[in-house]
Amino acid sequence: MKKTINVSNQGATLDTGRRNFLKLSGVGLAIAGLALVGCDDNDAYDFMQTDVFDLGKGDVGVLNYAYALEQLEADFYTKVVNNFYSGISAAEKELFTDLYHHEVIHRDFFKAAISGATSNVLPTLEFQYPNVNFNDRNSVLATAKALEDTGVAAYNGAGKFITNPDYLVIAGKIVSVEARHASAIRNLINPGTAAFSGDDIIDNNGLDLAKEPKDIVMAAGGFIKTPFTWKEQGIG
Amino acid sequence: MNILKLLDKLSDDKFFTKEASRLETLTSISAFGKKAAVASIPLGLGAIMTTPAKAADLTGGNTYKNTLTDALQLALVLEYLENEYYAMGLSTAGLIPNSDRTVFMQIAKHESAHVTFLKNTLTSLNVIPGAKPTFDFTAGGAFAPFTDYSQFLILAQAFEDTGVRAYKGQAGNVMSNKAVLQAALQIHSVEARHASQVRRMRANKGWIELADGGSMPAATNPVYAGEQNTVQAGFNTAAAFGAAAGSAAYDEILTGSDAQTIASLFIV
Repeated sequence: MKKTINVSNQGATLDTGRRNFLKLSGVGLAIAGLALVGCDDNDAYDFMQTDVFDLGKGDVGVLNYAYALEQLEADFYTKVVNNFYSGISAAEKELFTDLYHHEVIHRDFFKAAISGATSNVLPTLEFQYPNVNFNDRNSVLATAKALEDTGVAAYNGAGKFITNPDYLVIAGKIVSVEARHASAIRNLINPGTAAFSGDDIIDNNGLDLAKEPKDIVMAAGGFIKTPFTWKEQGIG
Repeated sequence: MNILKLLDKLSDDKFFTKEASRLETLTSISAFGKKAAVASIPLGLGAIMTTPAKAADLTGGNTYKNTLTDALQLALVLEYLENEYYAMGLSTAGLIPNSDRTVFMQIAKHESAHVTFLKNTLTSLNVIPGAKPTFDFTAGGAFAPFTDYSQFLILAQAFEDTGVRAYKGQAGNVMSNKAVLQAALQIHSVEARHASQVRRMRANKGWIELADGGSMPAATNPVYAGEQNTVQAGFNTAAAFGAAAGSAAYDEILTGSDAQTIASLFIV
């Protein structure tokens, strides 16, 4: 019987070496469980192929990929606004409400758009936030920063796989909003500094992060309970 | 409703490659005494909005000029503009408060890097990068950005929000070269980070709701025209939370023509 492997990785952080954009220094975000579907390091294990959703081929795969990440962000911010951290200011309440609105809109947009194009629509994923304290400002901000920066890097790295120019424009319309989000969150964490567009993510050419789908799915995997594959991108 | 069919229709409507007529662009700009100096944009950008990729065009030194390189030349003009603007602002004694200098030094650093990067990219494509235009950041006396910090911030916001939309409008023109496309996306998101920060320093949200720039003068209306859009590929983005949220969740493109026109306001 094939099983999805779950690896407990207590104490691990999301700092994946050079992929420091997900490093949550001082927060100690740990991955309590990791579905290995996103990683292809283990040839010795079989995976439950029949029930695991594959994102698909070509543009459909990219759209489902974006949909997965928007589901994650929408889920996270839904939790934030349903239980604002203690002591939240009016300004931050408004900001997180806006983020919640935008990500839910993005999520619902992708569901509709993909459904109109294919029957291979990513199902509703389940998420987990094992070391996020939704009642703690630092924890919520750090997680929001990680998710938004991840979104930017994911879209920037996925653009080249899109063949339909209309889809590319749609992705472009969304990624700049994610970057606006990321900038605002980073500024809340480190006001008055260069963090909004910091040297930790912008290189010497003035270029933002762009990450391959494989790297993104690996890094975000700690939040995603429901396994999926994207064979065309070598994931699962 | 078949979203995909609607998406196909968008490409027929010249969604991001429409060349606006001169009359249209001139009358759409709030007049403040200066005609849009479209002619002052360097040679080559006039052809920027042709839809099909042009064949190699031998134009004195620009051996491989085409739609893609035209897009990069437009981006370079915008980066020249931002680069000089911030350099001038930072070197104007007493203009930028100490508490804000770190932010503008970071932005300036990026714009300078973007100029260099785009010039190198064009060179690598065997195209001579356009020369830096002569800028007038007062736009013929309409603004005083180097004596009035609030105006410096206004124009900074306008330039950054314009940059985001302009890059977005050129994505389709550079998608034939995957390396260039990815780099353009990576610059585009940096401009969005800049825009968000400058907006928030002006007590605005980091994102654009409806077509309201946020305490911006009417002369900047072209920067925000169209941002009120709440239909994305046939999907009503206002349905869930209203038009402000729906419109803010997506940034809109600027055509190359409209981006040129905005930049021209500041070019002598």
